[in-house]
Amino acid sequence: MSFPGVGLAKGLAVTLRTMTKKSVTAQYPDVQPVLPPRSRGVIALLEENCTVCMLCARECPDWCIYIDSHKETLPAAEPNARARTRNVLDRFAIDFSLCMYCGICIEVCPFDALFWSPEFEYAETDIHELTHEREKLREWMWTVPAPPALDPAAEEPKEITTARKAADKLAAAAAAAAEEPQAPESEGKGDDA
Amino acid sequence: MNLLDTVLRCVATLVVFLVFPLVIGQTEHKVMAHMQGRLGPMYAGGFHGWAQLVADGVKFAQKEDIVPAGADRRIFQLAPAVSLLPYLFVLLAIPVGPNGFVGQAIDAGLFFVLAVMGVGVIGKLMAGWASANKFSLLGGLRTAAQLMSYELPMVLAAASVAMAAGTLSLPGIVDSWQWYWLPWQIIGAFVFFTAGLAELQRPPFDMPIADSEIIFGAYTEYTGLRFALFLLSEYVGILVISALTAVLFLGGWHGPMSDQLGWLWMLLKTFALAFVVIWLRVTYPRLREDQLMRFAWIGLIPLALVQLALTGIIKVAIS
Repeated sequence: MSFPGVGLAKGLAVTLRTMTKKSVTAQYPDVQPVLPPRSRGVIALLEENCTVCMLCARECPDWCIYIDSHKETLPAAEPNARARTRNVLDRFAIDFSLCMYCGICIEVCPFDALFWSPEFEYAETDIHELTHEREKLREWMWTVPAPPALDPAAEEPKEITTARKAADKLAAAAAAAAEEPQAPESEGKGDDA
Repeated sequence: MNLLDTVLRCVATLVVFLVFPLVIGQTEHKVMAHMQGRLGPMYAGGFHGWAQLVADGVKFAQKEDIVPAGADRRIFQLAPAVSLLPYLFVLLAIPVGPNGFVGQAIDAGLFFVLAVMGVGVIGKLMAGWASANKFSLLGGLRTAAQLMSYELPMVLAAASVAMAAGTLSLPGIVDSWQWYWLPWQIIGAFVFFTAGLAELQRPPFDMPIADSEIIFGAYTEYTGLRFALFLLSEYVGILVISALTAVLFLGGWHGPMSDQLGWLWMLLKTFALAFVVIWLRVTYPRLREDQLMRFAWIGLIPLALVQLALTGIIKVAIS
């Protein structure tokens, strides 16, 4: 059962209801957006962690990471030892005009030197200026948020598992050492049997 | 004294003519935005973009005044004025409050108002023809067709009120208005308001200036101030139609304490109707040209005739 014009009235009701609701417009330059965790704004470099292994540059599908380095020889620590060589980073640059924000470099980095930062306001008027050097990439490290908390039921991270096992072992050893005085008796009985 | 009085009334009408359409325009910006979940202008003037239309006006004034090479120059340049000025004269005749609170009380006010409003459409026809552009011509012809179709129900609905009041004078009509006219003339009110909307070519009746199909119809070739005048005429048109509907069907200044606050009631009713005009624009899609014609000829005109008959019967019965 429907009267003619019900649809028209419904339409009017919809627009009127929308008018009374809060509008969805984001007033961006005045109000900063609330970004979700793990937002992919820009790639930051913690160059202290970088060993110039070149994995990121090789895995990058766009080849937008430029790395230069040289080797330095460290004098031998002991008289008979071999002198060690070490890679020193000369240049680390990411061309964000080529980057497609796939995050493979971050995934592939074995030394936790690359991170996602939610910082997104780095537009330039010249495309060449979108190639950012290591100083700028290092600055962005300060904007990297702490990693989001794990799910309540998540598996324990490996590092913590290892550390906890080591701590447990130490604690067990300490407990065993504390019980040492009574121990020889029972041990001797066990051996006899 | 008499001259001063006349000048004052003219100046007051001119101020209303220049200010109220901007208020309606700004309201449209904001209401439309919020009905679509947006904010609308927020920067011009600092507070919620109140000066947006002032800024628009400045922008229009800065633009180059272009007349196309093939255009009929004089007619082309005259058209915006012909479209805009009739509304100024209509405003002069609309009563705002009791005891002569009107620009100029005219005995055949209703007749004057309807006749002069028809002239405004001529301006759009002139623009459409003089532009020497096929889209403008299409728009102009559609305007003409729309005027022909919708003027008739509008006049019939207005005639019904004149018959009920027994006078053609607008203050006279409001004077004799009674509350029971509201249900009695409800069909007429609907017909008058809708036909008025169509005459203004407001959405959903904006086929003649459909910007996505015929590029603003008659206004295609216009720019700068002349285009702004056409836009202004649309908003004055909203004011005039709302005010006329309020005067004829909603009892103008009638309301509590109408002796002192009559003008306020009139303004409230006018702006409420202007809000409805905006509301309808936001809500409904554009009618197709054939639907537009059907709606006028087999919708509004029979309704107007029914109203006319009803008014006549009841008028005879109560007198």
